[in-house]
Amino acid sequence: MAETDRVKVKRRELTETFLEGKNMSKVYGMGRRANRAVDNVNFKFRRGEIVSIVGESGSGKTTLAKMILGLTSITEGQLELYGQPRAFGTTAEKREYWKNIQAIFQDPFSTYNVFSKIDKVLLNCIELRGQKDLPYAQKVEIMTEACSFVNLRFAELTNKYPFELSGGQMQRLMIARIYILKPKLLIADEPTSMVDACSRATILDMLLKLRDEEDMTIVFITHDIGLAYYVSDTIYIMKSGQFVEQGTSDEVILHPKSDYTKRLLSDVPSIYEPWDLTSDDLLSEEDEFPTAAGGAP
Amino acid sequence: MKHRLRTTFQNTNFVVGFSILVLLLLLTFVTPLFMQGSPLDMVGTLFNKPGNYVNRMGVIDAPKYPMSIEVASIRLGAAVSNDEAKQMLEWLEKSELDVEWKGLDPEKDRAAIVELFLANYDDSIRLPGTSAYRKGFTRLYNKVQNLLSADGYVVHVADPDSESGYREVGKIESRDFTNVKDVPARRFFLLGTDNFGRDVFHELISAIGNSLMVGLIAGSIATTIGLLIGLTSGYVGGWLDNFLTFVTNMFTVIPSFVILILLSYSISSSSRSIVVVAFVIGLTAWPWTARSVRSQTLTLKNRDHVNISRLSGFGTVRIIVTDILPYVLSYVVMAYILQISSAILAEAQLSMLGLGPSTTTHATLGLMLSWSMQFQAPLSGAWWAFIPVVLSIALISFSMNLMNTGLDQVFNPTLR
Ligand SMILES: Nc1ncnc2c1ncn2[C@@H]1O[C@H](COP(=O)(O)OP(=O)(O)OP(=O)(O)O)[C@@H](O)[C@H]1O
Ligand SMILES: [Mg+2]
Repeated sequence: MAETDRVKVKRRELTETFLEGKNMSKVYGMGRRANRAVDNVNFKFRRGEIVSIVGESGSGKTTLAKMILGLTSITEGQLELYGQPRAFGTTAEKREYWKNIQAIFQDPFSTYNVFSKIDKVLLNCIELRGQKDLPYAQKVEIMTEACSFVNLRFAELTNKYPFELSGGQMQRLMIARIYILKPKLLIADEPTSMVDACSRATILDMLLKLRDEEDMTIVFITHDIGLAYYVSDTIYIMKSGQFVEQGTSDEVILHPKSDYTKRLLSDVPSIYEPWDLTSDDLLSEEDEFPTAAGGAP
Repeated sequence: MKHRLRTTFQNTNFVVGFSILVLLLLLTFVTPLFMQGSPLDMVGTLFNKPGNYVNRMGVIDAPKYPMSIEVASIRLGAAVSNDEAKQMLEWLEKSELDVEWKGLDPEKDRAAIVELFLANYDDSIRLPGTSAYRKGFTRLYNKVQNLLSADGYVVHVADPDSESGYREVGKIESRDFTNVKDVPARRFFLLGTDNFGRDVFHELISAIGNSLMVGLIAGSIATTIGLLIGLTSGYVGGWLDNFLTFVTNMFTVIPSFVILILLSYSISSSSRSIVVVAFVIGLTAWPWTARSVRSQTLTLKNRDHVNISRLSGFGTVRIIVTDILPYVLSYVVMAYILQISSAILAEAQLSMLGLGPSTTTHATLGLMLSWSMQFQAPLSGAWWAFIPVVLSIALISFSMNLMNTGLDQVFNPTLR
């Protein structure tokens, strides 16, 4: 497999299958209006792996994520944790499950309860870890550490409300939350689509750091196949609720088999095509886009 | 939250509405301290008009101050109506006596007309016309005959020892005056009395208090039920949602006023106290609160902050209380205010149908209206028995709606 010059995250031995989905489907509605949002998908996530699920809007990515998270019921099929059907009946079982599997969502502005202070978010995590009765000083220590992991200062955040933060800060705080919880699997549902480019890079970095330091499995959901190639070990391409292609990122990106993947890939460079750069203000950037400049008048 | 509260109290609409309500409440708490007796004491007689009532015997007993004020014309003005003055002019004209009656205005020169009429009236002059027509003038003459006399009245008391059976105790000269404050027995009826002779103002104040209580009880019940049902049905979903939505729809489809009438009707009138009626109103008014809370909860529960809370392992109740309730609270407060004002109206409507609280010990705005209708206050021209009540209902509704508009402006981002 040709190694590319991208900043590829260092490869790991990926052996242990951690979470496995078997013939999973989700049907919304009933009868003639039934909508198979997720249609018979199979997958295997391994420890320490970064998996990207790529698909366009409405392809069922979020629905799949919610099924894995246990936020919505699974219509058909099952989910196995370490080869055992997941125990997800009682409240205690659910709590145990959520200690292992957590998520970051797309829109930071809807991820926070605007009526409670930021501290509450982190304190709730400590509670979920079973350390509710820890002295407050120690809790502050944990929170400070988590915040510094995402380059935030707890002292500046304490007693603030979420709307006093920027979108990027909110998303980083969500990562701090994950840092406290240290789940085995993190589902990041388009975590960077609502933040600026700078924050995007920082957030991706932090996710990679989580994987490296905590051996976390990260399921990275995105519609940006380029981003998926940049971060992931394995890529699943999703279309109308089904996986049309799956494999290591190099296999999928460099040697796509499905027409749909090829089309997705052909869409990526299209924005750099000459006609897109003929306007005057963009011509000055020709140095950065040598291929594009070649076609420009 | 604090910030919201501050902006709420900076909103003119809200502040005006709130002040009116607070004033009304103050009125209901403070006025009873200055009133004698219970609001439902039957002190007067049927529809006494508003005013200061003094005891007539008290007037006789009180010190008298002779004053040089022309009293006769004032008395005349009060005793002779416009039509009667016209009648007198007519007689003067038709009798063809040589008197200067032309140019006299029945409105302004009433005293002069009466004087002229009294001086010239003669039974023996036969006017053309029916005898009933002529008798009308005789009657008029007898009525005003002693009005102009300045002799005054002589007051007697019964005295068996005296020859005539009466003993003179005083004389009331036509120019005698009495300071009203010297009359010990008097009563001021700001809004007159109602059909039972109760002081309408006193009754009204206590009725406003009772009606607000009906509104508060009914509104609280309706809002609590609506909130609970809306939150559970929206958040929990599934068959529970189907069931609760079915119940809610049933209550919405059958007009709640019909249920209200049936419910009130089925409760025997003896046990229909104010509180019971408030409960009945509250029990029928919740569906629309439930519906809108449910639909808001449905959208809220798909917000990611709820998902984060679920992923943090929190139970349903905790999520509803911390993650859903604060978001619907501003709406619920608005709905609560509207529930209160519509419950007050519902009580009035029920009472008009005779299905309101059946009580002889407490008044409500609805009961006051119903009483004044039953005793035909509008026909008797007793406006004081129902207009102030209608205005009070309107004022309460108005203040509540103002508060609601204000809250809407504060909390609804599209109106800001
Ligand atoms: N709660 C729901 N009830 C009914 N249908 C739903 C629900 N949630 C999602 N769907 C449907 O399922 C399909 C997949 O939606 P989903 O949100 O999983 O797409 P997605 O891949 O995450 O899209 P995006 O990139 O826009 O987030 C869509 O057709 C959507 O209309
Ligand atoms: Mg999505």
